[in-house]
Amino acid sequence: MSQHTLIALLQDRPGVLHRTVTLLRRRGFNIASLAVGRSEVPGISRMTLVVDASDATQVVSQLDRLVEVIGVTDVTNEHAVQRETALAKIVASPSRLHQLVDIVAAHGARVLHVGDDEMIVEITDTPERVELFIAFIRPEGLAELMRTGRLAMMRGRTTTRLEAPAHYRDQADGAPHEEVAA
Amino acid sequence: MSLPSSTTSSSPGSSGPTHNATSAPRTGAHRTGAQVMCEALIREGASVMFGIPGGCIMPFYHAMWEYRDALRHVLCRHEQGAGHAAEGYARATGQVGVCIGTSGPGATNLVTPIADAWMDGTPLIAITGQVPSHLLGTDAFQETDITGITVPITKHNFLVTRADELPRVFREAFHIARTGRPGPVLIDITKDAQLARLVPDWDVAMDLPGYRPTGFHPELAHAYGAVPSNADAIEACAALLHAAARPLILAGNGVIQGGATRELRALAEQTGIPVITTLHGLGVMPHDHPLALGMPGMHGWVHVNRAIQQCDVLLNIGSRFDDRVTGKASTFAPHAKVIHVDIDAAEIGKLVRADIGIVSDCRPVLEALAVSLSAATATDATRDRRPWLTEIARMRDDHMPRQGYTRRDRSAPLMPHDVFDAFNANFRDRQDWRVVTDVGQHQMWAAQLIDWSRPRSHITSGGAGTMGFSLPAAMGAAIADPERTVWVIVGDGGFQMTSCELATIAQEGLTNLKIAVINNGYLGMVRQWQQLFEGRRYSGTPLTGPDFSKLAEAHGLRGITVDHADDAVLAIQTAWAQHSCVLIDFRVEREANVFPMVPAGRSIGDMMLTESADASQHDSSPRVASHHATSHHAASPAASPSVSPSAKA
Repeated sequence: MSQHTLIALLQDRPGVLHRTVTLLRRRGFNIASLAVGRSEVPGISRMTLVVDASDATQVVSQLDRLVEVIGVTDVTNEHAVQRETALAKIVASPSRLHQLVDIVAAHGARVLHVGDDEMIVEITDTPERVELFIAFIRPEGLAELMRTGRLAMMRGRTTTRLEAPAHYRDQADGAPHEEVAA
Repeated sequence: MSLPSSTTSSSPGSSGPTHNATSAPRTGAHRTGAQVMCEALIREGASVMFGIPGGCIMPFYHAMWEYRDALRHVLCRHEQGAGHAAEGYARATGQVGVCIGTSGPGATNLVTPIADAWMDGTPLIAITGQVPSHLLGTDAFQETDITGITVPITKHNFLVTRADELPRVFREAFHIARTGRPGPVLIDITKDAQLARLVPDWDVAMDLPGYRPTGFHPELAHAYGAVPSNADAIEACAALLHAAARPLILAGNGVIQGGATRELRALAEQTGIPVITTLHGLGVMPHDHPLALGMPGMHGWVHVNRAIQQCDVLLNIGSRFDDRVTGKASTFAPHAKVIHVDIDAAEIGKLVRADIGIVSDCRPVLEALAVSLSAATATDATRDRRPWLTEIARMRDDHMPRQGYTRRDRSAPLMPHDVFDAFNANFRDRQDWRVVTDVGQHQMWAAQLIDWSRPRSHITSGGAGTMGFSLPAAMGAAIADPERTVWVIVGDGGFQMTSCELATIAQEGLTNLKIAVINNGYLGMVRQWQQLFEGRRYSGTPLTGPDFSKLAEAHGLRGITVDHADDAVLAIQTAWAQHSCVLIDFRVEREANVFPMVPAGRSIGDMMLTESADASQHDSSPRVASHHATSHHAASPAASPSVSPSAKA
């Protein structure tokens, strides 16, 4: 079964995440990752959802049926920019920590904190490279891992805010509204 | 849909002991949230509500008194009854039904009718009281998270904690309930919001940017056979139908909900394409129309299911390919190009692949197809469909005799089909009736045997299969349309689930409601499965009940008991003529079965037409209710089939 990456625009209201997750659970779709937060338009959230499904048509159309879901786009084959952030705590001897500072930097990770026998690093990269990095640090004493889930954004001037209604956009502090129809 | 504004600005509560001596408030004046709820309902066209009061909904009931001339409240005996009554009202009229419950158990008792309305696409507004907002989340007395509970079974729901949200929320709720594929919407309103005072803004706009009730969704085009627009899909669809040698139309609830009955008949007649109708589509084609074939599926007719398995193009208009229609979906209509017209995009391709999918209301599609096909026939000779119709007629002639129940022995017990024959004798040439059925054997017999000819003349619980639906739903239908007699046809099992509503019927004086209990002393459909597939292990299915005629009489209604086929016609006639609700207790053969039958999960080509020979002996014990009491020791699958479990002490 393959994975599909979907971007959804939601009204920012209490319970909207509950509705989304309840629907996915009850229709039997497995959520691989889910990241949601406020969008550039006040009152509207944007969600990146990764589901395990060979065909995402049902996921898209069922999600789209929710009243508070403004639109859903399957960006799996859209060559979208995809990123994930992970925080990792590594517990190791002071000497090994000292070596690791340079090694994790070579992976593109940032060292956020170094203590006597532990450190916290952050990596923001493609989901594949985040996986590789975690595989690398796991034997080094990975003590705690926190991941954001995948974020995705389509390239080019195409946006996933096409269906955001005018009265929401008007509240967006004069942000430019140049959008190209998909 | 809203009433003239004079209705809301007049003084509905001008008589009677209102809490407010000056009666309902003037336009522009302060009023309570509860008063705003009443006025919002009136503005949305509601005139009847079914419900039960309680602590957290009391402010609404307090306000309701002032508006009672415009808003009739029907006190039910259980919130489930209130919900089904609102469904029956909606199904009879096409308008939104309204039901009310208080917080906690009042709200949870509405869950079953809400789920029922969800499955059958019935427009329903459920209004529930909620604990005051400062107590939300504290497990306060009678607090239940009803918005959380009903998320998967509503189109949408609202928790209102501020009175100034009420005008917008009611407008949005009715809009959502009645547009697109209709369905239930729940509004949960905290007690403090009902009590708060405000000047309502009735011009507030709806805020539903994500709600697109109809129309083509271009992002999903790839799933619908890559047709770029509905117009192109219609052309492709017309071309398929025009070229088809063995086409079929499958018409469902969407044709009735979309008010497209006339257009459907016109298209069938224009093209000569025969029409099969789902349980909820019954009545869209007159039963005696030469192109009307009847119902497909688990208890569909043999020739209908065979026609599906042979057809080369299947136009499904307004039906969602329920598994009771398709049987094993992967073997359904194996030779057909499938065209699926549904107002709900999520239904296209969900269960049966669609070669062409059209997301639309039914009527515009039927109209466009008629135009498109008449252009096609103008340039090209109409395909000769006579061989196909002849083949279907042959299949019907081969199998109808075995499907029928021809009475040969007048001394034989009253068979269920005798009752349905008697109904047809009474229904003939009359338009002033509806039938509301429950769930089980009687429901399938009614669907098969009654001569359906009008849309909305048949109301039942389809998708959810809710036993207990019929009696309260019939109350709603009877109140919605007092000019028509509403016949409840119900099994003795389902009847006992909501029979407390007899008291509501008596209190409301519903003289146009009549009840026929098909009483066989079993939960009959389960018993049938046990007989056919589980070696007659009648576990949990023998059923006793009170004397139903006397139960009706105890409520101040009339009761008739019928034991013989000869009495059935007259009993129905008598009941119909009485200016009272009348219950007829038809004590029928206990182990009659519904055939044809497709075993669950099998292909619809795989039909049983009778019991196997060794299972065909019926219990001939007297069928009086008192005999039903004897329990039966679980018969092993190997037990002699001639042993009548319920007749053994």
